[in-house]
Amino acid sequence: MGQQPTLRSYTFRSEREASWRDLETLLMKVERGGIASLDTDQRYALPALYRVALSSLCVARSISLDHNVLAYLESLACRAYLAVYSSKRGWRAAIGDFVLHRFPGLVFRLRGVLLASVLLLIAGAMCGYVAVVQEPDLYFSFVPEAMAGERSPAASREELLEALGPEHDIDALTLFASQLFDNNARIGMLAFALGVFGGLPAALLVLSNGLTLGAYVAIHQPHNLLTEVWAWLLPHGVTELLALCLGAAAGLHVGLGWLLPGRHGRLAAIAVRGREGALVVLGAVGMLIIAALIEGFFRQLVSDMTARYAMAAATGLLWLLYFGVLGARAK
Amino acid sequence: MNATAESRAAFELVAPEHVSLRFTLAGRGDRVSALMLDLTIQLGLVLAAAVFIQAFSGAGTAVFVLLSFLVRNFYFTVAETYWRGQTPGKRKMGIRVVARDGGPLNVDQVFARNLTRDLEVFLPITLLLAPEALIPDAGPWLKLMLAAWVLAVAIVPFANRHRARIGDLVAGTLVVRGPHAALDIDLVEGDPLRHAEDLAAYSFTPQQLAIYGIRELHVLESVLRRPPSERRDELLDAIAEKILRKTQWEPHRTGIDVPLFLQAFYTAQRAHLEKKLLFGTRRERKVR
Repeated sequence: MGQQPTLRSYTFRSEREASWRDLETLLMKVERGGIASLDTDQRYALPALYRVALSSLCVARSISLDHNVLAYLESLACRAYLAVYSSKRGWRAAIGDFVLHRFPGLVFRLRGVLLASVLLLIAGAMCGYVAVVQEPDLYFSFVPEAMAGERSPAASREELLEALGPEHDIDALTLFASQLFDNNARIGMLAFALGVFGGLPAALLVLSNGLTLGAYVAIHQPHNLLTEVWAWLLPHGVTELLALCLGAAAGLHVGLGWLLPGRHGRLAAIAVRGREGALVVLGAVGMLIIAALIEGFFRQLVSDMTARYAMAAATGLLWLLYFGVLGARAK
Repeated sequence: MNATAESRAAFELVAPEHVSLRFTLAGRGDRVSALMLDLTIQLGLVLAAAVFIQAFSGAGTAVFVLLSFLVRNFYFTVAETYWRGQTPGKRKMGIRVVARDGGPLNVDQVFARNLTRDLEVFLPITLLLAPEALIPDAGPWLKLMLAAWVLAVAIVPFANRHRARIGDLVAGTLVVRGPHAALDIDLVEGDPLRHAEDLAAYSFTPQQLAIYGIRELHVLESVLRRPPSERRDELLDAIAEKILRKTQWEPHRTGIDVPLFLQAFYTAQRAHLEKKLLFGTRRERKVR
C-alpha cells in the first residue's frame, strides 16, 4: 500500500528529530553540570532549540497520535523549560539589588503593618511595665526563666548594676552574641511563619515580646536605674526590635492576604505576599546579625552612658534614612 | 502511557511562551524520602562541623552555634537556589521545585517555602517525639489544641489538588517529578528488511478502520513497544484475534504473520485517525 511514508506525523517526526536530539544532548549536560558546563555556542543554541521543541510539541499535540512521540516531546519541553527558566542570577547582583532596592522598598511599602506591629510592641511593653511596677511577682510570668539570669525583682541595686556593666570574658562574649542572634533570628522567622497562619499569632508574639521588655525594664525602676537600663538596651535594641517588628509585619502582611485576598483570589494573594514577606524576613535576619554584633561587642565593651545613647541614636537615624530615603526611592 | 500514569496527578504550567507544559506532581512518598535524606545530610554537616571545630580551632562553641544555625536554616534555601529547585535529597529522588506561575524560580520563593518548614515539619516532629521538651506542663486543652494544629498542618498536602504544603502555597511553588521519557522508534517504520511488499499484503478498508478509536490505538502501541517476550506474543495474538473478528478481515485468515499484521493495522489505523484529527474530529474510543 505504501501507506507509511505519507503519514503526516511520520514526516513531521523525521524532519525534526535531529533538533530534538541536539536539545537532548544539551539538556543532559545542563542537568549534570549546570548551565556553566555549556560553551558559548551551546548557550546560544539552547533557547532556540527550546522554542523548536515547544513548537514541535504544539504541532504534535494537534496532528500526531504516536503516543511515544507525544510523551517524549512533553518531557523534552519540560526539561528544556527547567533548564532555560530556572537558571540563577548572579549572586552578587542579586544581593546588591536586594540591599539597595528591594528590601528598603518593601519595608517602605509595608510601613502600615510595620507601624501596627511597632505599636503592638510598645503597647505590650507599657502593659508589662505597669504590671510589674505594681506587682513585682508578675515578672516571672512575662520573662522566661532562662532569659532572666540573675536579674529578678529581688535583686539588689548592685547586682543589677553589675549586669548592666561591661563584660570582661571575651570568649563567653562571642558565644553570648551568637546565641542571642540564633534566638532572635528564630523569633523573627517564627513571627513570619506564624503570620502565615492568619496574622493573629504574629501579632501575639510581638505583644508578648513587648510584655517581656516592659517587665524587664520595670524591675530597674525601684532602684532608680531607668537611664542605665535603657542605655543598656537601646544601642542594639533599636535594630533588634525593629527587625522583630519587621518579621511580625511580614507575617501580618501575609495574614492580611489570607483574610482580605482582593481581586485575584486567596491563593494568588498569599503567593505574592508570601514572597514579599519572605524577603522582608531575610532582610530582618541580616539586621539581627548587625544587632547581635552591637550587642555582643559594643555593648559589652563600652560602658559610657553617652556613647551608648549616641550609638542608639545613630542606629535609629541610620535605619530611618535607609528605609525612608532609599525605600521611598526604590518604589 | 497507561491508565495509572495518567491518573497520577498532573499539573499544567503555562510557560512564558504561552505553551502549557504537563508536569507530573511529585509523590508524597518521594517528598518524604527526600526530606529524610536531607535531614540526614544536615545532621551529618552539623556533626562534621562539631568535630572539625573541636579538632582544629580554639574558637569553640560560638562558631559552632553560628554554623549550626546556618545549616539548620539555610541548607534548603542555598541548595534550592544553587541547584535550581533541588536539594541533594530531591536530586536523589528525581523531584524538583518549580514556580506555579511558570516564571523562573526566584530566591524569594525558595526562601519563603523554606521559612515555614520549621513550623510544618520540625515542630510537629518535636511535638510527636518529645512534647515535654517543648511545653513542659501542658494542660489537656493545650495538648488537644496542639494535636489539632499538627493534624491540620499534616492534612494540607493531602487536601489540595497540587499536593502543596503550606510553604508551597505561600511561595507559589510546586514540587514536580523530573520529566524523563525516551524517544523510541516510530512503529510505522518497522523492520526495514522484511518490509514493503510483506506489509502491502495487509490492507484495510475505511469501514474496518472506523471501528476503533485513539485509546485502542494507544493500547496497541504500548503492546507493540514492549520488549520481545512470551507475554508480548500472547498479548499480540489476543489482540490480533480480536481485530480479525471485529473487522471481519478474511483474505488469509490462516497463516498470517501476527506482528506484521498488527503493525500494518497500527499504521493504517493511525493514518486514518490522524486524517480525521486534521479535519477536526477526535475519536477517543471505539463505539461499542
